[in-house]
Amino acid sequence: MSLLSVQDLHVNYGRVEALHGVSLEVGAGQIVSVIGPNGAGKTTLLSALAGVLPSRGTALYQGEALSSLSVEERVRRGLVMVPEKRELFGSMTVADNLLLGSYSRRSRSQVGTDLENIYARFPRLLERRKQLAGTLSGGEQQMLAIGRALMTAPKLLMLDEPSLGLAPIIVREIFKIVESLRASGVTVLLVEQNARAALACSDHGYVLETGDVKLSGPAQQLADDPAVTSAYLGSQES
Amino acid sequence: MKLGSRTWLALAFFAVIALLPFLLPTFYLTLLGNVGIYALVALGLVLLTGVAGSTSFGQAAFMGVGAYTSAVLCLRFGLSPWLTLFAAVVVTGVVALILGAITLRMQGHFLPLATIAWGLSLYYTFGNAPFTGGFTGLTGVPPISLFGMALNTPSRFYWLVWAVLALCAWVTQNLLQSRTGRAMRALRGGVTVAESFGVNTYVLRVQTFLLSAVLAALAGWLYAHGQGFINPTPFGLSQGIEFLFMAVVGGSGSVGGAILGAGLITLLRDQLQNLLPKLLGQSGDFVTPVFGILVILMLQVAREGLWPLLERILPRPSQTLMPGTERLPIHTKPASGEELLRLEGVSKHFGGLKAVNGVSFSLNSGEILGLIGPNGAGKSTLFNVISGVLPPTAGHITLRGQDISRFASRQIARLGMARTFQHVKLFPEMTLLGNAMMGGYTRAHAGVTRSLLHLERSEEAALQHAAAEQLTRVGLGDVFELAGNLPLGQQRILEIARALVADPTLLLLDEPAAGLRLGEKRELAALLRKLQGEGVTILIVEHDMDLVMNVVDRLVVMNYGEKLAEGTPREIQQHPAVREAYLGGAA
Amino acid sequence: MDLAQLFDPAIFPVLAADGLTNGAVYALLSLALVLVFAVTRVIFVAQGEFVSFGALTLASLQLGKVPGTLWLVLALLAISAVVEGISQLRQGQGRRAGMVLLSALGISAGLWALLTWLAPLKLALPLQVLLTLLLVVPLGPMTYRLTFMPLREASTLVLLIAAVSLHLILSGLGLAFFGAEGSRTPAFAEGQITLGQVQLSAQSLVTILVSAVLMLALYFFFDRTLAGKALRATAVNRLGARLSGISPVRAGYVSFTLAAAIGALSGLLIGPSTPLSYDSGFLIGLKGFVGAIVGGLVSYPVAALGALLVGLLESFASFSFSAWKEVIVFGLILPVLLWRSLTTRHAEEEE
Repeated sequence: MSLLSVQDLHVNYGRVEALHGVSLEVGAGQIVSVIGPNGAGKTTLLSALAGVLPSRGTALYQGEALSSLSVEERVRRGLVMVPEKRELFGSMTVADNLLLGSYSRRSRSQVGTDLENIYARFPRLLERRKQLAGTLSGGEQQMLAIGRALMTAPKLLMLDEPSLGLAPIIVREIFKIVESLRASGVTVLLVEQNARAALACSDHGYVLETGDVKLSGPAQQLADDPAVTSAYLGSQES
Repeated sequence: MKLGSRTWLALAFFAVIALLPFLLPTFYLTLLGNVGIYALVALGLVLLTGVAGSTSFGQAAFMGVGAYTSAVLCLRFGLSPWLTLFAAVVVTGVVALILGAITLRMQGHFLPLATIAWGLSLYYTFGNAPFTGGFTGLTGVPPISLFGMALNTPSRFYWLVWAVLALCAWVTQNLLQSRTGRAMRALRGGVTVAESFGVNTYVLRVQTFLLSAVLAALAGWLYAHGQGFINPTPFGLSQGIEFLFMAVVGGSGSVGGAILGAGLITLLRDQLQNLLPKLLGQSGDFVTPVFGILVILMLQVAREGLWPLLERILPRPSQTLMPGTERLPIHTKPASGEELLRLEGVSKHFGGLKAVNGVSFSLNSGEILGLIGPNGAGKSTLFNVISGVLPPTAGHITLRGQDISRFASRQIARLGMARTFQHVKLFPEMTLLGNAMMGGYTRAHAGVTRSLLHLERSEEAALQHAAAEQLTRVGLGDVFELAGNLPLGQQRILEIARALVADPTLLLLDEPAAGLRLGEKRELAALLRKLQGEGVTILIVEHDMDLVMNVVDRLVVMNYGEKLAEGTPREIQQHPAVREAYLGGAA
Repeated sequence: MDLAQLFDPAIFPVLAADGLTNGAVYALLSLALVLVFAVTRVIFVAQGEFVSFGALTLASLQLGKVPGTLWLVLALLAISAVVEGISQLRQGQGRRAGMVLLSALGISAGLWALLTWLAPLKLALPLQVLLTLLLVVPLGPMTYRLTFMPLREASTLVLLIAAVSLHLILSGLGLAFFGAEGSRTPAFAEGQITLGQVQLSAQSLVTILVSAVLMLALYFFFDRTLAGKALRATAVNRLGARLSGISPVRAGYVSFTLAAAIGALSGLLIGPSTPLSYDSGFLIGLKGFVGAIVGGLVSYPVAALGALLVGLLESFASFSFSAWKEVIVFGLILPVLLWRSLTTRHAEEEE
C-alpha cells in the first residue's frame, strides 16, 4: 500500500498554474525521487505536499486526505519536509535547532535517544552543538536541517535538493545518509537536480518538466533513458 | 481638449457641492465644511499610505503646526492670513522634512511610530508653550478674506474650503497620473524595483511625506481661520488616528477614497455622537471605539476600502493615447562589437559563504550572452552584483569603460542598464501602458511641481508614445489592459517591454523562462531573436537549456560560485565538466 | 531653572530611585512589545491598555464592585467562540465547533458566578490580584484571535493600523467601565527603607524586585524551556518553525498572553505610586515603546536598558520641567531614531 498517493495535483501562484495535474505514488520504505530541470515545479510539488502552498487535487497520506491539514498537523503525523533553503534558526545553537525538531512530539521519552542517534550519525553536529546554526558551512547546515527533520520522528521525509550548492565530496556524503535513512525505516521523497546521483539511490523515479510528469518508472530504467539527458541539457534546433 | 467621463463626473460632483449652500441649513454646511478640511488631510494620507505604502498617525499634529503658525502670526503681528498661509506651509514642511529625513531610511514601520511620539509631544507643546495660549487656546483668529470680502459666514467659508479641496484633488490626481506619481506607486513594490527604474527611493519617500504634511498644514490653516479659535484638542493623536481611519475606510488608493472616507467618518460621527450615549445610558466618547471596530473589520474583509467597490459602477477611465509629436531623447549606442561590459575577478562573499568567487568575462555590444549553471551556482548573486543591488566584495565591473562596481542600482540604471526580475514585479492594478511607462523614468525629467500642475504633458505624451511603441514591438497590443490580467508568459514579456522603454544599452534578463509553458517559451525565444536582430545587447541568466541554446551567441557557465566554462552553445554542450555539473556524477 | 538642583545630594537619589522604579516597569513593557513584534510582527500599541485594565480592575475589586472587565471578557469570549465555532464548522469539524461553544458557555458562567460571589467580599489583596489577573490576562489571547490572527498574512503597516484601532476600542471601553476618574491601587508594602543615603519607599523596592524577578523568569523561559525556545524560533524563522511542527498561531497566542500578563502586572506595580485612569495606560505603554525602539524592536536587553533610561529621564524632567515632561520623553525618540538610521543598514522590505 502507498504511504502517499497523489492524484491530479494542481498548484497556482496567483493566476499562474505551476503544476498541471501531477500524480505520484510513494510506497512505504521506498526512496522515490523527483528529478527534472529547474523551473519544472519540483520545489512547488514538495511545498504543496508539506502544506506550505495551497493546492487542488487529492493527496492521501496514510489513507487520510491532506487538504484540511496545516503544515504543523502534517509534521505531527510524520510528513516532514527539509526545504531547499533549509530554513534553520540561524541565531540559535545547533543543539537548540535539533531540540526544536522534537517540539510537536507527544511522547518525550524517545527524544534523548533520538538526539544521541543523530549526533552519532552526524558527528560534526556533535562537535558544533554549541555553535550558532548560522555560522555552519553549507554542508553542515544541510546535515543540521536533515537532523532537525529527523527529530520530528518522520515517517515520510521529503528532501528538497539536499545536494544544492554543496561540493561533490559532501554531496556523496549526503546521498549516503539518504540511503541509510531507508535502512532505519524512513520513507524518502527526494527532489533533486542531480539526476544521476538521485536515481542511483532510488527505487522509483519521476521526471518533472514544466509542471507535468513527463516520464516515470523504476529508477534504473530512467537512468538509462536518453530523454532524461535532453530534458536537462536541451536539444539544439537546426 | 476632450474630457473623459470620469472628469465630467468629478465636475458634476463639485457643481452639486457648490450649489448645496442654497439647499442646506447652516448646521450641515458647517459639517460639510469640516468634511472638506478633513478630506484635505486624508488626501495627503492617500499619497503616503495608499500610493507610497508608508503611513503617519501625526497628520493632525501637522495640521496643528499649520493652524498655530498662522494663528500666532496673525494675532501677534497682525499679518494677513494669506501671508501666514505661506509661513504655515514652510514651518510644517521643515518639521516634516526633519522627521522624514530621520525615519525614512529605515524600515517602513519606524515612520508611523515616530509620528505617534511626535503627535503626542506636539500636543503637549501646544498646551504648554507660552505663545499658544495653553490648553484653553487662542481666540480671535481673523477670518480669511478674498477681494475685500471676509469669508466668515458658514456658506462663504464652505465655498472656500471646497474650492481649495477641489484644487488639491485636481493636482493630486494630476500627480498620480505622471512620471513622479508612477514612481511613488513603485515604492510599494519595494526598494529594489523602484531603484531599478532609476528612482531615488529615499528622496521620493521624503518628498511624498512632505506633500502629505503640506496638505495637512493647508487644512490647519483653513481650520484656524474658519473656526476663529484653536486649542490643542483637535490636533491630538486620536484625531491623527481618525484621519488615517478616513483614508482606510474610504480607500487609501485614490483621491475619491479620501473624500468618501472623510465624508463617511465625519457624518457617521455626527450621527453616532448623540445616539450612542443614549443607547448606553452613559456620557463619553463612544464613537471612537466603534470606529476602531469598523476599521478592524474593514482591514479583515475589504482592505482596499470602500472606493474600489464604488468604482465598479463608475465608467472606466478614458483609454486613448495622448496626442503629441515630441519624442524622448535616444541614448547613443556603442558600435556593434565594441566591449560594453567587463567583469574582472568579481567576488561576493556572505560571511564565510563564497557565493561568487573571482568571475571574469566580458560582453560586446550587439551580443546575447547567456549566464548558466546549476541551481545554487551563484548566478543570481552575480546578477544582483552586476545590476548594483549588492556591492561586490572584490573585483571590478566596468560599463562602457566606466567603473560601476560601487554604483547603486539607480545610478547604473541611468547609465543605460535595464533589467527584468526573476519573480515578476509588475503593478497588477495598473495598465500595460502605465507599467511600461515606469521603465522610461530616467528618460524624462518632470519633477513634483510640474507633475502637480500637469505642465509636463508633452513629455508625458512622448513617454506614452515610447511605451506604446515598445509594447507593440514585443507584441502586446491591448495597452489599456490591466497587467494583472495577463498570463505569466505575457507578464514576463511586459517586463521586457518595460525595460526596453528605458532605451537600454544593455538589457539584463533574470530567468525570463522560469515557470513558462512550452508555447510561451517559444514566443519568448522568438522575441529574443527578434531583439538580437535589431542589435539589442542582452545578458540573460537562465536555467532553461532549450531556450538558452537556441538564442545566445555565447555562454558563461558557473558552478560553485566560479566560472566553469565559456564558449558557444555547441562547445558548452560537449564540455565534459559542464555535463558533469548538470547531470551530476554517479554517486 | 536651576539644573544644579538636580544634582543636590538630597534630591538626586530620590529622583533616581523614582526613575528606576518607573523605568523597571517600562522595561517589562518593552520586553513584551519586542516579544510580540518578533513573533507576530504586530507593533502592539494597545499593550498599555492592559496596564490600565490591570490597575482599574483591582481598584474596582477594592471597592467591592464587580469590575467592568468581566463584561468585556464575557463579550470577547462569546464572539471568539462564535468565530472559532464557525471556522471549525467550515472545516467540517461539527463536533469540535460544539465543544468550543459549550466550553465557552461553561467558562463564562463560571467566571460570572465566581466574580459576582467574590467581588463584594473584599478579599485579601493577594486574592484580589489573582482575580484581576484571571480577568485581564485572557484579554490578550482573545484580542489576538479576533484582531490579529485573521490578519496574520498582512503587512506590518496593516497590523499596526489594527493595533491602533484596538487601542481606541479598549480605551473607549475602559472609559465606559471605570469612568474618567483616576484610581490608586493599594501598595504591596508600606513604609520606607533607608539604603545608605537613599530613602526608598518599600513599594518602590517591591516594584524593582518584582520586575527584576519577572525579567529573570522571562530569560529562563526563553533560554531554557522548549516552549520559550519555540517562541524564539518562530521569531527567527517562521517557515522553519512551521516545518518543525511549531504553529505560529499558537506562538501568537502565547506571546499575547504573556503581553497581557506583563501589562496587567505592570499596572498593579505602578498603580500604588501613580493614580491610573482609563487613558493613562496608553502613555505608560508608549514609554515602554520608546525603550523598545532604542533596541530597534529586536534586542531584549537594549530595549530594557532604553526603558530604564526613559524612566530616569522622565523622573528628572518632571522635577525640572514638569509641564514639558511628556514632550521631552517622546521627543527622545527622534535622536534615537536618527542614531539608529545612521548606524543600521537599511533593509529591503517587500510589502
